[in-house]
Amino acid sequence: MDRRRVLSLLGCSAAAFPAMTPMTFAATGGENRLVVVILRGAMDGLDALRPYGDPNLARLRPDFGAGPAGGEAIDLTGFHALHPALAPLLPLWRAGQLGFAQAVSTPYRGKRSHFDGQDILEAGTAGEVPPLARRDGWLNRLLPLLPGAHGRTAFAVGRDEMLILRGAADHAAWAPDARLDLAPATADLLLHAYHDDPLFRNAAEVALGLAASTEGVGGRRAEPLFAFAAAQLRADARIAALSLGGWDSHRNQPRQIARSLQSLSEGLLRLRTDLGPAWDRTTVLCLTEFGRTAAQNGTAGTDHGTGGTMILAGGALRGGRVWGDWPGLGEAALLDRRDLMPTRDVRAYAAWALHGLFGTPHAALASVVFPGLEMGANPGLLA
Amino acid sequence: MTPTLAAIRFGTGLAPEISPPADGAEVLARLAGPDEAAARIPIDGWEAAVARALRFRALRRARDESGGKAPFRRLRDRLNAEYHRDLARTLIRAAVTRDGMRERLHWFWADHFSVVDANGIRRRTITAYHEDAIRPHMTGRFADLLHAAVAHPAMLNFLDQDRSAGPNSPRGRNGGVGLNENLAREVLELHTLGIGAPYGQTDIRELAELLTGLGVDRKGAFAFRPRFVEPGAEVVLGRSYGGARPNRHAIRAVLDDLAVHPATARHVSRKLATHFVADTPEPSMIDAMIEVWRCSDGDLMKVYAAMLDHPDAASPELRKVRRPIDFMAAALRVSGAGAALIEARPQVLSDRLTTPLARMGQVWLRPPGPHGWPEEADAWITPHGLAARLEWIAQWVGGLDPAPDPRDFVDVALGDLAGPRTRFAAQAAEDRQAGLGLILSAPEFQRR
Repeated sequence: MDRRRVLSLLGCSAAAFPAMTPMTFAATGGENRLVVVILRGAMDGLDALRPYGDPNLARLRPDFGAGPAGGEAIDLTGFHALHPALAPLLPLWRAGQLGFAQAVSTPYRGKRSHFDGQDILEAGTAGEVPPLARRDGWLNRLLPLLPGAHGRTAFAVGRDEMLILRGAADHAAWAPDARLDLAPATADLLLHAYHDDPLFRNAAEVALGLAASTEGVGGRRAEPLFAFAAAQLRADARIAALSLGGWDSHRNQPRQIARSLQSLSEGLLRLRTDLGPAWDRTTVLCLTEFGRTAAQNGTAGTDHGTGGTMILAGGALRGGRVWGDWPGLGEAALLDRRDLMPTRDVRAYAAWALHGLFGTPHAALASVVFPGLEMGANPGLLA
Repeated sequence: MTPTLAAIRFGTGLAPEISPPADGAEVLARLAGPDEAAARIPIDGWEAAVARALRFRALRRARDESGGKAPFRRLRDRLNAEYHRDLARTLIRAAVTRDGMRERLHWFWADHFSVVDANGIRRRTITAYHEDAIRPHMTGRFADLLHAAVAHPAMLNFLDQDRSAGPNSPRGRNGGVGLNENLAREVLELHTLGIGAPYGQTDIRELAELLTGLGVDRKGAFAFRPRFVEPGAEVVLGRSYGGARPNRHAIRAVLDDLAVHPATARHVSRKLATHFVADTPEPSMIDAMIEVWRCSDGDLMKVYAAMLDHPDAASPELRKVRRPIDFMAAALRVSGAGAALIEARPQVLSDRLTTPLARMGQVWLRPPGPHGWPEEADAWITPHGLAARLEWIAQWVGGLDPAPDPRDFVDVALGDLAGPRTRFAAQAAEDRQAGLGLILSAPEFQRR
């Protein structure tokens, strides 16, 4: 169904369709944009960004490849090397549009459960896992603090449940692979049948509009998610949250993580391309529930750990650097003699990013968005 | 109550060959009779299912240690096939039954006592838990249902009770394990009293200490483990339980008391009325159910009767939206094509049932947590949730052979509920498939 037909058949304003709506940016309180990517399954940060300057890395992980010498990893800092599957992002690093925060974690400790770990990450809380029935996400709690925020300021993209956006504040959601391929006459009759039922009528109107507007959102693997996010962020959305799976590399990690990193890298490049000039006002935070064991296991993989790595990207970033203190990989420096010791709460970086992007006051960040967070010194994430 | 409302609000929908219950009394009469659907379409119980899950774990270990891939893969494929087949069996029961209320109650109580499909003894065993702990107890006393669900190995594993030991128990004093409050908290908050009820953290803690000893043995069966039991009596809601020696009777006693507590009667009655009748039910309906709960010590058949007898149960307004599984079952039932699915290959079941169900927002056997699936209409009728329903309808009616005439089908599917807009859309459609699709898409079919 083409766009004009959808509009005429609804006989309504284009405002029903976020992707098509050139709204004024002033209405939403700013032009800065945030994309949060949840890497579900626990990305091995020590493999994505390899601290090859630490002599223990090669000893702990003889089969994974470490530094640039003799391998395909790309030196970034003289201490850190980039996983070869992220090589397409090298131009971003050189332009200051890619960076990393090392040795980060949520406050979650102990059982190393994916589900609890992701729930804590998305809830943005410390302490016990919040009771399931009453959880909301930190991006949702941010929304009421944004001047002019409305129901399409934040978009949950994809089919995975995004706890990070769940909560009382209104937000939008759509899966770009959702299809609604009705013949025009059938769509007319559907809306006729739904006319007196606002719940069905509104959902159908939005679905018909979005399905028509996302027909061109193709591409490989994760690309459609990023392309759809870009389309919304070019219009009147300012926040998009999505998730990528495939990080739980207990076996044969070299093959598995390469595939996932490649998918992430394609997605980020697609986001940059599709955002156009808006890329310069955009910050991307790629967060994972925890890191993985410092040593490789018996099946050429790694198991659930603690300290991990956050990947940051975007034209708004002051990147080309690695943030955070390095705790070392010597046995005595590890947490429980197995995991990278976290040196900073990942929420502190997220909070400083929100402060820089949206001007959200410290007091609100440390009480409402991330209750009880000690934000610490400004890491200077944004340009 | 009209037969159509009895069939869709308190059943799994209309069907061309099956007469709907004449009224609420006949809904209850059919429910009081034998469980014909389970006899006709059996689903494995816990013992068989958990044996497969444990065998899977052993074979996976063997594969990791010695590389024996073939037996592991065979069982993995079998378990994956069972996942899809159990959905098909569940839908077919609903599609062919005369006693739809039983299927609806099965889904309601399985949701009230949610356990999520996962690894270990919860791998592909959740329908077996429902079959053993939920289904046989839905028409008796709530206390028996509560006990069967809460003390079942699936629940004990899901809410960490099998890893909980009293801090002063022989096992707890050895170190390494301590008290886990997860099950105790959810029993009070979700299964019985409800979140707003007058209980506190001390009650949770004391109940957690009282529940120590409930465990699971190496074969995945229930086991009472005296070495895990916290010594001494525990006080829950002002009443003292247990004391002298570790025993299960104290646990039974506290669950019996919780089952007839006025807050439980209110919480569970409200939940039933919210599920079956309206997202905000009439207070007088809930009050009537609570009163019956009190007089009968939680006799569930009498509580259902109080709900069905209330005038609001027969309200012509369709205030609820069918959840995805409920909608899918009703569509299979009304098109008379469900039973054939029993023969379908797992890949076909995955493409036609399991995957579309997930796209509609309801991943089979994987609710978001112990609180179960959302109840409110707008949690399901999101743009992409509705799109998934409409796409599945197009696929499903495209496979109907022969395709019925939409002008007849509108009466078969919607009975006396069909409104003029839907009737117009059905007869104006450009072909039969589109007409059938519009009927199944209509609010009169999506709602109940």
